Amino acid sequence: MPTISVDKAELFERLGHHYTTEEFDSLCFDYGLELDEDTTAEVEAAIKKGLPAERPQLKIEVPANRYDLVCLEGISRALRAFLGKQDPPQYTLAYPPGGEKDLITVTVSQETQRIRPFFACAVLRNIKFTSMSYASFIDLQDKLHQNIGRRRSLVAIGTHDLDTLTPPFRYEARTPTNISFAPLGRETAHTAAELMQIYESDKHLSRYLHIIRDSDVYPIIYDAKDHVLSMPPIINSEHSKITLETKNVFIDTTATDDTKLQIVINMVASMFSEYCAEPFTIEPCKIVFPDGSTRISPDITPRTVTARASYINSCTSLSLTPSTIQSLLTRMTLSPTLSPDDPDALIVSLPCTRPDIFHEVDIMEDAAVAYGFNNLPDIFPQTSTVAQPLPISKLADVIRKEWAMAGWVEALPFILCSHEENFSFMNRPDPGSLAVKIANPKTLEFQVVRTSLLPGLLKTIRENRSHALPVRVFELSDVVFKDTSRERQARNERHAGAVWCSRSAGFEVVHGLLDRAMKMLEVPRVGRGDGKDVGYYIKEGDDPAYFPGRAATIYYRPPPSKTSKTRELADELKNTLHINQDRDIVIGTLGVLHPTVLEKFEITYPCSALEFNMEVFLKRS
Amino acid sequence: MAEQLQQLILDTLDTQSTLQDSRALKIPGQSSPASSHDAQITILGALNSLLSREMITYETHEVSSHVLTPEGVQIVREGSHEARVWAALPERGGAPLSAQDLKRAVGDEAAKVGQGRAFKSGWIAKEGNGFVKAVSNITDTTHTELRELESSGTLVAGEKALAELRKRKLIIQRKGQWFTVHKGANFSTSIAKPETDLTVDMLTSGSWKKSTFKKYNFDADGIPTSGGALHPILKVREEIRSIFLEMGFEEMPTGTFVESGFWCFDALFVPQLHPARELQDTFYLSDPSTSLPPPSDYYERVAHVHEHGGYDSIGYRTPWSHEESHKLLLRTHTTASSAAMLYKLAAKCRGEDIDGDLSAKSQPGAANLSDDGFRPAKLFSIDRVFRNETMDATHLAEFHQVEGVVADRNLTLADLIGFMRTFFRKMGMKNLRFKPAYNPYTEPSLEIFAWHPLLEKWVEIGNSGMFRPEMLAPMGFPPDVRVHGWGIGLERPTMIRYGVSNIRTLVGHKTSIENVENSPAVMF
Repeated sequence: MPTISVDKAELFERLGHHYTTEEFDSLCFDYGLELDEDTTAEVEAAIKKGLPAERPQLKIEVPANRYDLVCLEGISRALRAFLGKQDPPQYTLAYPPGGEKDLITVTVSQETQRIRPFFACAVLRNIKFTSMSYASFIDLQDKLHQNIGRRRSLVAIGTHDLDTLTPPFRYEARTPTNISFAPLGRETAHTAAELMQIYESDKHLSRYLHIIRDSDVYPIIYDAKDHVLSMPPIINSEHSKITLETKNVFIDTTATDDTKLQIVINMVASMFSEYCAEPFTIEPCKIVFPDGSTRISPDITPRTVTARASYINSCTSLSLTPSTIQSLLTRMTLSPTLSPDDPDALIVSLPCTRPDIFHEVDIMEDAAVAYGFNNLPDIFPQTSTVAQPLPISKLADVIRKEWAMAGWVEALPFILCSHEENFSFMNRPDPGSLAVKIANPKTLEFQVVRTSLLPGLLKTIRENRSHALPVRVFELSDVVFKDTSRERQARNERHAGAVWCSRSAGFEVVHGLLDRAMKMLEVPRVGRGDGKDVGYYIKEGDDPAYFPGRAATIYYRPPPSKTSKTRELADELKNTLHINQDRDIVIGTLGVLHPTVLEKFEITYPCSALEFNMEVFLKRS
Repeated sequence: MAEQLQQLILDTLDTQSTLQDSRALKIPGQSSPASSHDAQITILGALNSLLSREMITYETHEVSSHVLTPEGVQIVREGSHEARVWAALPERGGAPLSAQDLKRAVGDEAAKVGQGRAFKSGWIAKEGNGFVKAVSNITDTTHTELRELESSGTLVAGEKALAELRKRKLIIQRKGQWFTVHKGANFSTSIAKPETDLTVDMLTSGSWKKSTFKKYNFDADGIPTSGGALHPILKVREEIRSIFLEMGFEEMPTGTFVESGFWCFDALFVPQLHPARELQDTFYLSDPSTSLPPPSDYYERVAHVHEHGGYDSIGYRTPWSHEESHKLLLRTHTTASSAAMLYKLAAKCRGEDIDGDLSAKSQPGAANLSDDGFRPAKLFSIDRVFRNETMDATHLAEFHQVEGVVADRNLTLADLIGFMRTFFRKMGMKNLRFKPAYNPYTEPSLEIFAWHPLLEKWVEIGNSGMFRPEMLAPMGFPPDVRVHGWGIGLERPTMIRYGVSNIRTLVGHKTSIENVENSPAVMF
């Protein structure tokens, strides 16, 4: 959300009321703005101390889709309408006295299509800047560059003193060595190639160089006398720069996205057209494209849409008449009229300053904002449904509570960890097919999504050295594995993990914790190949995370599948033949952690660990 | 011995009613009255034991007394150094004892000190290379005085003599106590030992009826329990989960930390160039890096509404990138899971059958024509989300998001507010207000503010809104179906609940196990 800084006295002057901070905060809240800061107290304190001080400013956060609110001119226009003090202005195109034939023409060359294909422009005639409005004009361009322009990569704006230039203009793209001009703030001419080098060390401009640097041609705008206007999106020329005295302003915008380009040119022109001798008028230009087609720019024609009172009411639990809605929408700078044909409909004319409106739902929102969200009727919906916990959450909670009752403490480590914590610290090689890897972590702490709960538990023990022994920690949470069969190429798996740390390793302690979990899940201990239907058992294993001879694998024998008769028969046959152990699946490991693992995690006491997959215990319906 | 002493005190009180000076007692087995410091300590033990049974009361008197140093003790046993030197020497006329032999006879220390003092007192004399007795009788005053002091704790001779002995480091001064003892409330001459606890033996024998019990110290701590503990954040999670369940919500599956740009953003009508999708905000995956194609019809509809509009929307009108849509990432919000769940919920509206419900498919004619397959749903989830943030006291790269979603026909903005008022009232937040906000996938969007009675200001607690038609229509929902959503963080209410200001002490491996063990229960 962009934050803008506006002159407090000037804004209140325009709103025709001197608000207290609380009053203004409340007005902002209702409109959907947020008053971040009022610098009045700060300024007064500075003046008291005899320090230089600016005029008091209001810092206001505005919604990211409301580009019409990022300058003093726009925000005061919107709030005046909201307060019902002024109908929204109607922006119009003012053609030169000779009509269309006298329009300033800009020809777009074919080469521009390779680097920055879209172009739009506008002229503001007989403008009168004050130092405040001049600063606001520069600031608006900067806000648009940063936000919708995505740091000038999508859209860039150039503004020029039209009286220093000779139309018609040409928007071209040339090789960097074929461009030479004196850029803003410099008296001598440089080639574009030189400028790219000069600006390398410029704190402000260096951020934009990458947008065109590697292109074989750079965008450039010329007038009829080959004066450069600007080299978008980097810099304007010194020759055509605007000053406080500038009377006629030419605005150029170039872009890689046509929709955003139109929004930007409309925004700049409409916001500052209020300073023209004839306020809210914009002189258009004619753009000739490489294919010979032409376009009058800017296109500020309001978009006309239909909004239904019945729809707005059905979305808000209100019963507003179309004419009430009409006045609500007018307060939001829209221009609605009642439909002559349909008593339910309003014909809403959307000004070019409101490109945030996509759908009838956006008009409904404007009506609701003007009505006041906090004034809506206090009701409770009728929607009747049955509560249902997620089976895996319920299952995990059973074991969480049992283990806590058994004296174990729940830990909550991070799910992301470093590659070595997940693999080499655990003596486990990375097969490459297991863990999901992060491309752009800011720190080495977050390189992979964990495939085991144990590293997090071991880090928890490491950070709790001062805790009395034994330390008993557990976690029931998700790990993630690569899974190429799935759309998202990965799957979560709910695991249960625990680590015991004390003066002796205590294999039997974590074994007991496993037995307890199984008892609570009614999974009996069975023997390998003993023909029982369902159960678990452990067997010596070889996971390198554990001490040799003190490592075990946990096996689970799921209940026989009941999905088909044939399966049942097959299972029956297997049972009689005592070959059912091929149904047994590995669900986890337990053991005494290897001393080299402890060393990696900087733990000086022996530990035993347990980890197994919980998903197999979900009741299948 | 202890019991005998207690009995003696009680008997004395019985006859004298008050024991004025405990120094007058003769401790059983001792020949003289208990005037020494150590004897009074022994008596104090007996008195406290009787006091705890309220059989006596006593007053303490401070007194300063003297005790012997180890050297003093030696003198009491063996005589003063000078006396020992004198005793070791022959009578005048005998063969004088050399200094060497004297040392051998009485030891280095006694010879050195005793020789000087004996000379000064005129007890010995020098003869040739050795020493002889100068007098035939001596009075060893030092020895006498120390013996007197040992038995009485003081000297009749008075302070000057005491000062001299202190100077010679034969005695040191010690603060002492003596006591005046009175009968207590439970006075008796019988000292049955009080019981500390009721035991099974007492129940069996019935002795509890006659036993006296030691007074219990109610100020002492109980013995700590040995059970484990659940993590405070997950206790708050459980409490919020029950609120949703109380309100009839169904828990959504959220077991997909890895999502594609499509499900995390595109399906929600978040534009492909939205800042939230940039590398500095979202964790993208390098391996695997690309998703398989989403359901193709749905994907086409989503791409179309972004690029060209549709469903009465003009759309973003910006070019669509398949690559952006297929990028794999760690979900930045659980709304990605909600989108998948809503897509599933709309399956019947699309005429699909993804739950294996065969009857619906096999009898299309039998279905009520007005039934478009939609069923209302109230859904919730609480699970982990990931943001590529630099961690500080209030930001983590992973945290928990709480999300509620309601889908029904003709739901209104007032319904959404009604749901939230009920939900947050159950969390203890009664005073709410809602600020219009912008969110790419909800319209209207509302920021939720609650009045914080301690901070005395409105604080933002979450976000909410009605999902946009551009998100719902491509899923296949009928136009009159509206879907509400609201979300809050789990960490923030937990920090407020436990008064924690640094989130890193709450989440992650740096959490103190002791804090987990001692975090109180959560009841909103």
